[in-house]
Amino acid sequence: MEAATGHAAPMTTGPSGQTCGIARTELLDVRSLSVAFRTPHGDLPVIRDICFTVAAGERVGIVGESGCGKTVTGLTVLRLLPERSLRLSGRIIFGGRDLLTLSARQMRALRGCEIAMIFQDPTSALDPVFTIGDQIGEAYRAHFPTTRKEARERAIAALASVGIPAPERRCDDYPHHLSGGMRQRVMIAMALICEPKLLIADEPTTALDVTVQAQIIELLSRLSERMKTTLIFITHDLGVVAEICTRMITMYAGEIVEDAPVDDVLVTPRHPYTAGLLRSLPGLAARRSALPSIPGRVPQLGQMPKGCRFQPRCQHALARCAKPQTLSEFSASHHVRCTRAREITLAGVVTV
Amino acid sequence: MTAISHSTPTTAERPIISVRDLRVLFRTPGGKDPIRAVDGVDFDVQPGETLGIIGESGSGKTSLGRALVSLITPDSGQILHDGLDPTTLRGARFRAHRRDYQIIFQDPSAALDPRMTVLDSVAEPLAIVRAADDAARRREALAMLARVGLPRDLAERYPHQLSGGQKQRVNIARALMLRPKVIVCDEVVAALDVSLRGEILNLFADLQRAFGLTYIFITHDIAVVSHISDRIAVIYLGKLMELGAADAVMGEPLHPYTQALLSAEPLALPAALRPKRRIMLEGEVPNPAAPPSGCRFRTRCPVARPRCASEAPLWREVTPGHSVACHFAEVAGRPQRDAILSTSMQK
Repeated sequence: MEAATGHAAPMTTGPSGQTCGIARTELLDVRSLSVAFRTPHGDLPVIRDICFTVAAGERVGIVGESGCGKTVTGLTVLRLLPERSLRLSGRIIFGGRDLLTLSARQMRALRGCEIAMIFQDPTSALDPVFTIGDQIGEAYRAHFPTTRKEARERAIAALASVGIPAPERRCDDYPHHLSGGMRQRVMIAMALICEPKLLIADEPTTALDVTVQAQIIELLSRLSERMKTTLIFITHDLGVVAEICTRMITMYAGEIVEDAPVDDVLVTPRHPYTAGLLRSLPGLAARRSALPSIPGRVPQLGQMPKGCRFQPRCQHALARCAKPQTLSEFSASHHVRCTRAREITLAGVVTV
Repeated sequence: MTAISHSTPTTAERPIISVRDLRVLFRTPGGKDPIRAVDGVDFDVQPGETLGIIGESGSGKTSLGRALVSLITPDSGQILHDGLDPTTLRGARFRAHRRDYQIIFQDPSAALDPRMTVLDSVAEPLAIVRAADDAARRREALAMLARVGLPRDLAERYPHQLSGGQKQRVNIARALMLRPKVIVCDEVVAALDVSLRGEILNLFADLQRAFGLTYIFITHDIAVVSHISDRIAVIYLGKLMELGAADAVMGEPLHPYTQALLSAEPLALPAALRPKRRIMLEGEVPNPAAPPSGCRFRTRCPVARPRCASEAPLWREVTPGHSVACHFAEVAGRPQRDAILSTSMQK
């Protein structure tokens, strides 16, 4: 496999991959990915020059406020966006192939089989007129021709593995028979039934209660460990990332601004935006004190500031921040898009 | 920087809201058992305090909040507003009374009329109570928009031109126009991004000082509730499980449910600093139309015993100002919590 040998192509703007000393097997390698929506008034760039790699077995969290391009990044990897109204550039290398060059048919063979996705709202992701057993079985039969009977047996086994009690019976339930947490378990069962190499989970616990969220996080960690599934976890909840992920990518206004191991970035964030997100968590401020917040808001699409996109909201901004910033290496595993990263010390969640 | 109303108000003051054995039922078609959204709840709210109410979906927290501002008529029990039962009031007296008790909802977009400008929406409460003339109402509305931190040029815009945070500020301005004493805040920051959440919570704290407001802050977010509240109530399946000073409930929770809720909260901490053990609750909130017998939490409780099924625990004050509904809650919460942790570890 080509991807396993690593890639030697340094990006013009980004770091030369994140190949550190240890041999990493890159499963996914996103290079200079840009997506723009075509509108009658011209193109609206949504994400710009996204570069990251995900090694096999890694669990990567993508965080940022709404409108930062997290979901678009996830959907683009699976090519789930309507491509006629997009302008795409860059490369998405998965298993030695550039996903952006595959035909619709090749993509369909891959989707759900090698790469699967879980969405935020399990209710709208399930078809209300089919039983959950049918829907899980269908995900399997789409890739492995088999009898209905065997598909059903596999669906029952999958339901059991995600902790649904009495799966033989539950298999014939319709989505409306199940609670929100159970529906999300069904989605996980469906996503994992073909044992994908990569699972993209887009805010899978946001719609759930905190006690159920804890169950789903535990389930996802356990299953991804057991099945050696690589995980991309898109969320706005930094607590969830800390619990489940090994690495965290912070996105802001359609760009990656920081990419680092979770424990590292929580303690010593290097980008002022990541530090701002960490600081605004209510749990960290003294009770009833004023909560720190990031002034202003994410710029609108098509109204991006020149140079550093975070600069209008950044308290550390200098004149040179008006120039475009590159995502560059801070340390072997820590990349940051900030010209001042080496000059400023930012507070993390704990003082060291 | 600390807030003024930090101290827990003394019981000598007359509560601004008293809730006595409150029940809110929803009848379902087909004559089945009604949904018992709120099922026997007692508590007081003191003037100037912030009472946080935490609960999962289906716990009855929203129904409770709506009943507190007379948007739902209780099926039994009583809510006293400053000693007065609003259900005994009629017509103009009722309308005049309810000005003092306002509510702000979760979804800032759904709460605003899309065809009214921001200024008209904010001035509308004054128009409804026929206060002042048109020009004065406009002036007041503009002043209130400035007070909640909205720039003047947004006044003539429509809700769809505003961001989520700005819309929630408009709703706050609207709720404040009649100078209420109490505001029920129902998941007011749930729809906002984390960076905005801080700004809006700061605004609430600031307005509380400026207007002497009492808040009932309903949320499922433990970090938010613990940040803003003086006292915290925990509700599960229509019943209070625990109520006490925020520090006590967060620091030394007495009820196994509170302990599980706190332990389920994902913490943004490096692995070395995160508690390794977590109380994992099984299953989900049961059907509120047929709640479990005895203690409602027993079906998910890691330390449930036979007595929990046969006998509903009494609401008892374990330490002054800290009440709990659990047969086995002790003053020292820790040993029990460790017991729960060790049982859930074995699974």
